Amino acid sequence: MELALIWFVLLAALLAGYAILDGFDLGVGILHPLARTDGERRIFVNAIGPLWDGNEVWLVTFGGALFAMFPEAYATLLSALYVPFMMLLCALILRAVSLEFRGKSTSPTWRRLWDLGFFGSSLLATFMFGVAVGGGLVGIPLDERGLFTGRFSDLLSPYAILVGLLAVALFAMHGAIFLYLKTEGAVQERLGRWMWHSWGSFLVLYMLTTMYTLVAIPRATANFEHFRWAAIVVVVNVLAIANIPRALFARRYAQAFISSSLTIVAMVCLLALALFPNVVTASNDSAHSLTIYNASSSRTTLVIGLIIAGTGLPFVLAYTGIVYWTFRGKVKLGETSY
Amino acid sequence: MDVVTLSRLQFALTIMFHYLFPPLTIGMGVVLVYLEGNFLRTGDPVYETAARFWTKIFALNFAIGVATGIVMEFQFGTNWSAYSRFVGDVFGSALAAEGIFAFFLESGFLAVLVFGWDRVGPRTHFFATIMVALGSIFSSVWIVVANSWQQTPTGHHVVQMVRDGQPWVVGGEPVTRAEIVDFWALVFNPSSVHRLLHVLIGCFILGAFFIMSISAWYLLKQRHVEFARRSFAGALLVATLASLAAVASGHFQAKNVYREQPAKLAAFEGHFRTGPADLNLFGIPDAEAERVAFSLSIPGGLSFLIHESFDEPLIGLDRFRDEDRPPVLVPFVSYHAMVGLGFFFVALTLVASVLHWRGRLFESRWLLWIFVFAVTGAVAANQLGWVAAEVGRQPWIVQPPMVRDADGALVLNSEGHVQYATATVTLEDGTTGERVAGLRTSEGVSEVVTSGQVLGSMVMFGLLYGLLLLLWLYVLNAKIQAGPHGGEHAHAARGTKDLPGAMGSRVSHTESLTGGRE
Repeated sequence: MELALIWFVLLAALLAGYAILDGFDLGVGILHPLARTDGERRIFVNAIGPLWDGNEVWLVTFGGALFAMFPEAYATLLSALYVPFMMLLCALILRAVSLEFRGKSTSPTWRRLWDLGFFGSSLLATFMFGVAVGGGLVGIPLDERGLFTGRFSDLLSPYAILVGLLAVALFAMHGAIFLYLKTEGAVQERLGRWMWHSWGSFLVLYMLTTMYTLVAIPRATANFEHFRWAAIVVVVNVLAIANIPRALFARRYAQAFISSSLTIVAMVCLLALALFPNVVTASNDSAHSLTIYNASSSRTTLVIGLIIAGTGLPFVLAYTGIVYWTFRGKVKLGETSY
Repeated sequence: MDVVTLSRLQFALTIMFHYLFPPLTIGMGVVLVYLEGNFLRTGDPVYETAARFWTKIFALNFAIGVATGIVMEFQFGTNWSAYSRFVGDVFGSALAAEGIFAFFLESGFLAVLVFGWDRVGPRTHFFATIMVALGSIFSSVWIVVANSWQQTPTGHHVVQMVRDGQPWVVGGEPVTRAEIVDFWALVFNPSSVHRLLHVLIGCFILGAFFIMSISAWYLLKQRHVEFARRSFAGALLVATLASLAAVASGHFQAKNVYREQPAKLAAFEGHFRTGPADLNLFGIPDAEAERVAFSLSIPGGLSFLIHESFDEPLIGLDRFRDEDRPPVLVPFVSYHAMVGLGFFFVALTLVASVLHWRGRLFESRWLLWIFVFAVTGAVAANQLGWVAAEVGRQPWIVQPPMVRDADGALVLNSEGHVQYATATVTLEDGTTGERVAGLRTSEGVSEVVTSGQVLGSMVMFGLLYGLLLLLWLYVLNAKIQAGPHGGEHAHAARGTKDLPGAMGSRVSHTESLTGGRE
């Protein structure tokens, strides 16, 4: 395989890893208002307490890898999406801070404020991720140098907003299943209902988005004609989504969680297939698109990057494994909890 | 204000606020390893109490460091996209390495460190503590390497990009970027080791002064006395050694700066005209008049420090074209303030060490009061050092190499100015030309971002960070008031012999809003 293509696949893998891991964190934030007592709210927060920070590192590493391997795409995307990115950064800071500070006082007003911050920032961040993906599928106007020529309002197309809502429903579902695995008793029963509600909303939005994409964005499906094998991704996606209610009926909740993770992986693959070979699609003139070939770093850097990734990745997987193993099982509140 | 000024201000705001926290976590991480190691070795519960207490404060600092650090990763692209295109091939690798080698290590084991006390055994916990401390140091390695490469770039070449098989020219201007040639030459560029050592020493000084500040306050208030004495004594040792090391490392670094970035050292010292250079102990430089007003100086002192000879001439700012000169006032003042603080730390820690040796330290209330506030000086010294380093390298965001002859001496052009290396490029009409092999800060900014957008985001960060600072101080104060026994985990309940501490916990419970209920 070509080096640039390997890096495109690796970036997709980093993005999928981020979406699976921080996806349930964000979902927990979105579902947080459903907790009824302070004890329940603490259980929600502590379910992700030791995990969210490490999960966010996937995003940081994705950013670093995009910068290193496709600097043209990194520069174009971030400067074009200046306002949404600033909002996203603001949301991510607020979310971290809300988690850290909510437990530092018992005052109900104090906690309500941070609960609101946690919910609002998780919702905003998820929505913004979806909008960015939707915007990326539609493309943005670029000039010959790869500079954004549009305005902020161009980014908020109805399609991008729809994908934003889809992301919210997806992460809410993913988070609900995760929380179900981490809780017990009355709150778990209520989460059982919310798994169904969020799955239903996700399904509706998924079908709407699929239809919209097929009708309005021909470029997104063009690759499926070149690569016949890509149909497998669609099949896996549909099977994974369908397996969620099946697993819920059978009370196999871990399987449901794996299925929702697989759904996320399949959707990231669909995104990659829709974009390829572009990293940033120019909506005005396809000759201005930034592809994995014209936006990539030099061969030397792509190789160095592979060596770094190959050296580091086994360690990363080991740490992640250790942490998830250490904090396995139901949430128990203790002295060191948030 | 224009986009360049606003983007620089926003970068300064976000990085300076962020940099309040990493030095604290790097410095404190080492102390946590020391405390937990001693607990494992001796089984003395005071060490465990201390480790648990400082871990809580460490976690608070770490969380804000992470929250504000994520901005830095993306701000290169949002505000400095032209720079990102130019350096991505080189700089991006260091940043990605930081993510893979450092951030995963830190964040993974931080979870065990903070939340894992009762989930893993003491040895595993100790291991996690070491990993977090290592992770934070790895992180500083990669980020200082990336920054140093921009100051003294090596291991790369500047080339014209190729589009559709042709040298790329847009609007008549060739598009160039830096590409890696030799990864290890980039990592070990001429300034990275010097700067990394100095940065880490600065972190140890700050971490130690932070711990001494809180411990001194406990000693003055007669609370948690045994705990505070041990914490203070351990931190004092670190602070004394680190302060002495900072002076030594600073000296060698200054010599290196002269060799690699003479304009920067000239700005630090207000050395305008090439010739024997005085060492200004104090003064206010005037770049217009090219002199230092109100100066108190040692004649030939700077020449002596750099070349061990009082009359050896040093290159001044007059060897640089006007447009290649850094501003003088800010680097001069911040550099001198940092150096002054450094010598103050040496004097303070030596006095305290002597008193400690004579067994009178903890009765010297005046000195303990100085230590309560000296931590602000340590914060200031760390920040001022970076201000001097970053303003002193202007106008370059990536400094081009200087042209040298076979002996390594700088080659001057016919006007007597230092010359910068160039890269050969192909122009639109097929002829070749030369472009400077570096990037000016003014050319690095995002072309498509407006000053209104930057102003908006800067106001947002200003408000958010202002709020964060207040909350941090509030929670930090609450934790300090609650003290090392503030948690539910009172050691008296476990039957340990730490009676004074257990009594302390009774007292502090009533004073605290938060202790034990978080």
